[in-house]
Amino acid sequence: MSGPTVAIWKFASCDGCQLTVLDCEDELLAIAAALDIRMFLEAGPAQMLDHYDISLVEGSITTAHDVERIRDVRARSGLLITLGACATAGGIQALRNTADIDACRSNVYARPEWLDTLATSTPIAAHVQVDHELRGCPIAKTELLATITALLAQRRMPISAYSVCVECKLAGNPCVLVAHGTACLGPVTHAGCAALCPSLGRGCFGCFGPSESVNLDGLRSAFGEIDVSDDVLVHLLRTFNTEAPEFSEASNRYRAAGPEGTTRRDP
Amino acid sequence: MSSDAVILDPRSGMQALIDALDTAGYRVLGPVLRDGVIVYDDVVSESAMPTGVRVEQGAGRWRVFQDARPERFSWTPGADSWKRFVFPARSEVLRIRRTDGSWTTGQPAAPDRPLALLGARDCEVRALGVLDTVMLGPNHPDARYAQRRADAFVVAVTCGEPSSTCWCTSMGGGPQPHDGFDLRITELSDHAGHRLLVQPGSDRGEQIMAVLPGSDAHNADIDSAAHVVQRSVDRLPVRLPGAELPALLAGSELHPHWDDVAARCLSCSNCTMVCPTCFCSSFSDHTSLDNDEAFRTQEWASCFQLDHSYLGGRPVRATTAQRYRQWLTHKLQTWTAQMGTTGCVGCGRCTTWCPAGIDIIEEARAVIGSQMVAARLQPVDVYVHPR
Repeated sequence: MSGPTVAIWKFASCDGCQLTVLDCEDELLAIAAALDIRMFLEAGPAQMLDHYDISLVEGSITTAHDVERIRDVRARSGLLITLGACATAGGIQALRNTADIDACRSNVYARPEWLDTLATSTPIAAHVQVDHELRGCPIAKTELLATITALLAQRRMPISAYSVCVECKLAGNPCVLVAHGTACLGPVTHAGCAALCPSLGRGCFGCFGPSESVNLDGLRSAFGEIDVSDDVLVHLLRTFNTEAPEFSEASNRYRAAGPEGTTRRDP
Repeated sequence: MSSDAVILDPRSGMQALIDALDTAGYRVLGPVLRDGVIVYDDVVSESAMPTGVRVEQGAGRWRVFQDARPERFSWTPGADSWKRFVFPARSEVLRIRRTDGSWTTGQPAAPDRPLALLGARDCEVRALGVLDTVMLGPNHPDARYAQRRADAFVVAVTCGEPSSTCWCTSMGGGPQPHDGFDLRITELSDHAGHRLLVQPGSDRGEQIMAVLPGSDAHNADIDSAAHVVQRSVDRLPVRLPGAELPALLAGSELHPHWDDVAARCLSCSNCTMVCPTCFCSSFSDHTSLDNDEAFRTQEWASCFQLDHSYLGGRPVRATTAQRYRQWLTHKLQTWTAQMGTTGCVGCGRCTTWCPAGIDIIEEARAVIGSQMVAARLQPVDVYVHPR
């Protein structure tokens, strides 16, 4: 074992981002040789150290215990890098933030009183300082590897914050919005996935969250031109990054502008 | 009789042209209809190329219609341009490797076959010329681009079906290319039948033409081609005074209309990505996990990206209004002084492929139309460091 000591932590999440680490199949041996991974419960290592050079954090903060634990992780970490939509924006579980948590609890669990949870799901950066964020639901393997190799070579960590549209054009994809009239969040969504969904003919679901420069009112007008209703737009915005500030502000405003269901049209 | 032009069958003659270029050692690229859009890709068989395809284009809108008609070039180009092949969207420019303590440097191999670009419209031929002035300019000539361009065989096509977003005649072009090609095809369909008129534009074009199974063209064919050109010209009204744009847009930096555009602009970079003359790129470095190999890549970039104007710890053009103004005025105004050509060929891609349907012509008109307002404003972008 050599290289910086690393811990990978899980908070409220589906483990998909941790699995993306393990999905680096061809590179796993090289990763294991380059990083001294001491804590990664998903894969086995469970050494609690006083200090890790790098902590990778998956998941959002949803319990009082989480709040304490992320502070402890922060105190033990040199660099703290968050992985994925839960850790960077609260994840899909942040839909609770605008719902009645008691109703959710009793709808889902037979014994809701056994459940100890906060009313909100919040990103890691709402609680401790975060040094770098990898977006996505889940994160992209390419961005993870680019981040690790940049750290090892002491290079700036390369994140492209421009829109998914750039990745579509680099790939030579047809624009599903302009050419097919498909609802697509690509123009407002942060790059990183190499335009995965549009490359397969689907509209972007926005799982990398808002790009560096977001104009949701402009996108709403564009959706109007292809007969995509506010209802569909709100549904698209309220998924993995529902509590990302730009998405949340716009979806709340569009919802307030019209009663749910009245303009519903299938995308 | 006109012995410097031949008539080809639209199907077997097209195949003969592809075969002749292939035999001459070219990688033949041509139009292909894929997922509802025209893209350029390798073509081996003429049957892979569109037949009876028509395109309806508008601001932020592209639709394809297929019918039983036999026309080969009734479509207008899509988002794809030949730029993708002479200036790839992503390419590796350098790779270094450490073995036994010493470094070896490798340059990526040049493409193995020169390119043949089959089906370039006048706007596209002129776009390649504009790109040449940038990429082959005296200060920083790009050797790989130079190689691809010098070797490229251009088969131009007269535009018989311009789309509603086309405005080449405003920017010094027209439906028919006059230079910058090796062969030029004009598709004819009249009482004498459906056929392709092929004319050479270079020595190597003549050499390829000599092996094509065509008959000599007659004066009636030349007249018919002139009719095709005129019909297209009639459908291409001059929408902006191209040559006067640098003067008309001068002093518009603080025009209030830029904020109006910014309310609609998504800052998504699509206009610049589809523009056949946009040349910005960025370089990034990559290393292997064992730190024994490094490589550098070049990738298309855009003035709509915040990183593009990142200087001294902040983006110089932080607002969408500033970035849209930069894009439009570079294309239509400042490019001329910088490069000696116009930056825009009037192909209309930026308008069609803008998800928000922003029409560059309408925005330029709005700014020019109220220059009296703009003339009273002072130049801008003076950076004041926040205290």
